[in-house]
Amino acid sequence: MRKVLFATCFGAMATFAAGAATANDELNKMSQDPKGWVMPAGDYANTRYSKLNQITAANVGKLQVAWTFSTGVLRGHEGGPLIVGNTMYVHTPFPNKVYALDLSDENKIVWKYEPKQDPNVIPVMCCDTVNRGVAYGDGKIFLHQADTTLVALDAKTGKVEWTTKNGDPSKGATGTSAPLVVKDKVLIGISGGEFGVQCHVTAYDLKSGKQVWRAFSEGPDDQIMVDPEKTTVLGKPVGKDSSLKTWQGDQWKIGGGCTWGWMAYDPGLNLVYYGSGNPSTWNPKQRPGDNKWSMTIFARDADTGQAKWVYQMTPHDEWDYDGVNEMILSDQQVGGAARKLLTHFDRNGLGYTLDRATGELLVAEKYDPKVNWTSGVDMDKNSPTYGRPKVLDQYSTDKQGEDHNNKGICPAALGSKDEQPAAYSPETQLFYVPTNHVCMDYEPFKVSYTAGQPYVGATLSMYPPPGESNMGNFIAWDGKTGKIAWSNKEQFSVWSGALATAGGVVFYGTLEGYLKAVDAKTGKELYKFKTPSGIIGNVTTYEQGGRQYVAVLSGVGGWAGIGLAAGLTDPTAGLGAVGGYAALSNYTALGGNLTVFALPQ
Amino acid sequence: MRKIWLVAATMALVASAGTVFADDAVDPTAVKSEDGKYLDKEGSPTFKVASDGTVDWYTYSGYRRYHSECHVCHGPDGMGSTYAPALKDSLKTMSYPDFLGVVASGRKNVSSSQENVMPAFGDNPNVACYMDDLYVYLRARANDATGRVRPAKHEDKPPAAQQAEDSCMGK
Repeated sequence: MRKVLFATCFGAMATFAAGAATANDELNKMSQDPKGWVMPAGDYANTRYSKLNQITAANVGKLQVAWTFSTGVLRGHEGGPLIVGNTMYVHTPFPNKVYALDLSDENKIVWKYEPKQDPNVIPVMCCDTVNRGVAYGDGKIFLHQADTTLVALDAKTGKVEWTTKNGDPSKGATGTSAPLVVKDKVLIGISGGEFGVQCHVTAYDLKSGKQVWRAFSEGPDDQIMVDPEKTTVLGKPVGKDSSLKTWQGDQWKIGGGCTWGWMAYDPGLNLVYYGSGNPSTWNPKQRPGDNKWSMTIFARDADTGQAKWVYQMTPHDEWDYDGVNEMILSDQQVGGAARKLLTHFDRNGLGYTLDRATGELLVAEKYDPKVNWTSGVDMDKNSPTYGRPKVLDQYSTDKQGEDHNNKGICPAALGSKDEQPAAYSPETQLFYVPTNHVCMDYEPFKVSYTAGQPYVGATLSMYPPPGESNMGNFIAWDGKTGKIAWSNKEQFSVWSGALATAGGVVFYGTLEGYLKAVDAKTGKELYKFKTPSGIIGNVTTYEQGGRQYVAVLSGVGGWAGIGLAAGLTDPTAGLGAVGGYAALSNYTALGGNLTVFALPQ
Repeated sequence: MRKIWLVAATMALVASAGTVFADDAVDPTAVKSEDGKYLDKEGSPTFKVASDGTVDWYTYSGYRRYHSECHVCHGPDGMGSTYAPALKDSLKTMSYPDFLGVVASGRKNVSSSQENVMPAFGDNPNVACYMDDLYVYLRARANDATGRVRPAKHEDKPPAAQQAEDSCMGK
């Protein structure tokens, strides 16, 4: 691995040294121009914040639809478009089309890419055939297809420049996440936690598509790319075989820990940040141990892949609380000192703030008051359980054992938040978080592993918290103190990525299909418009011809779409209001559409 | 949507196996029991729900297996999702042999407007060893014999079911 890396580096330096540096500088500079939206989250820090301020809290009520675009695909549309110069790049779920639209000329289709993929990959994708978008760098558009093909397209023509295979769909590995371009590499994760895939993040050379490094989430030290002495966990070296020691036998080989969330990068520290998902199977009894490094925040050197620090949020997962959600980087004052922070809203219902340079844990608090599986994280540095969540016995699906139905666990397996990314405004210093407000019954039982087949091992049913009718909230969160600043109820889970703007307006979409604008300071609703289908995409903004636009993909589906036909079940009938159990199918139907808004001219 | 799916399903079945599609569902009433498994007059497995709501073991077991292996596509309680049909409706017309065939071999319905693909579960013991459980549960759902929630009471696990499970799962 090491050797290959050096060889590639020297090769790259010899021929492309200047070009690579320019490409990276170019992308970094472009991400600072608020007119465009050149990476999945807008910037490397994953803030989903734009300096554009033409649309303000005072005038957003006048917003109108400027133009629309049908993607021609029906399934769940996650992610959002990129805007690079005058071109917008719109992606779709399987079959993973990409359209390049000319924003300066009637939004005409400049080129369209549609790969040929074996449809057998469709049912291997857990929870719909979503794709979370493309990345741009070095004049190329990068797409991670469902069948795990990573393809580089000429941004101007759509011509395929290179392709490489990132995994084996016949073993359950699929591509759903958006790549991230860092320096001369494109980084990509992989999905398949419900199929027992040993998941990884891989860096490919931008020019050639050659693999530079690959870091697994679990396995021997060389595979997970940790240095037993130098890689730290909560300030201490991880030690030898930090992952292997926490699995029974060879179970790590089918251990999951998938990597399909939004990655972040700090150019100053040269570290990339991402989370790993649930350990396979969902039956905790079948995999004793902490199952490291599933459910973990990783900080890795962008050049070598070597881990600088790790922090496992949910050791020995018992509820499918994937740790993949985005890491948002901010610089704020904590306790009178300027800190480089990383904030993460985990599926397990805790909002974490860490020092992103060292991995020191600063804050871990519930961002939904209904979270009940834990009484909190041990913050005592001298405690033997420092950094671990205290699990309540009655909600421990491991303690209660196989074939026992554990009732009333909050949050549900889809988490207090899933992949739908939050936004951060440096002006208000608040995070804007789309959340799920759903609880579950969870019964683990024994399963056997077959390559390429689901490897789940738990029965679950989901419903709103007893006594409540709303299945979602849109909240503002103070990451320094771990407190909710304001919270808006939503009837359904908020499964859309938020956008914060310098105009003092925060945008998000709802499963019924509304694009909503709220006041960044108070949460007051200022505008809403019902788009053609439910929104599980992320809101984007850009400027073209002196006008600020706000764009969002509609197209209901994803895991959220499972409850569409029927609504969630209500095993505690009578405790909640009727509205909470209403079927989403009463509000919206399938259909991929981009809706673009602007103020009237 | 549903109509298209049913037509496609019929075509696929006729084309592949020549199996006759059951136009009228067979009376699901249990006429006899073998080792705790109830059978209809044609000898296909079926559900049995007592007047106090107690369900037979297979309905209960099917509920559990369904909500592990099937619900991520077919939705909670067989109600369907944005990308897979509601089996509580499909089982109104689908015969037992057809059900076994589709679960074991999978099915494809890929067109310009939709891409619905069901994988073959024949090699997956977590599904294949519980075919009858799944069929009985979904048949109960299709006939409104059991509601949307986990059955509150169920008959004890028959020793025959335990033996079959152990041998099928290779324990």
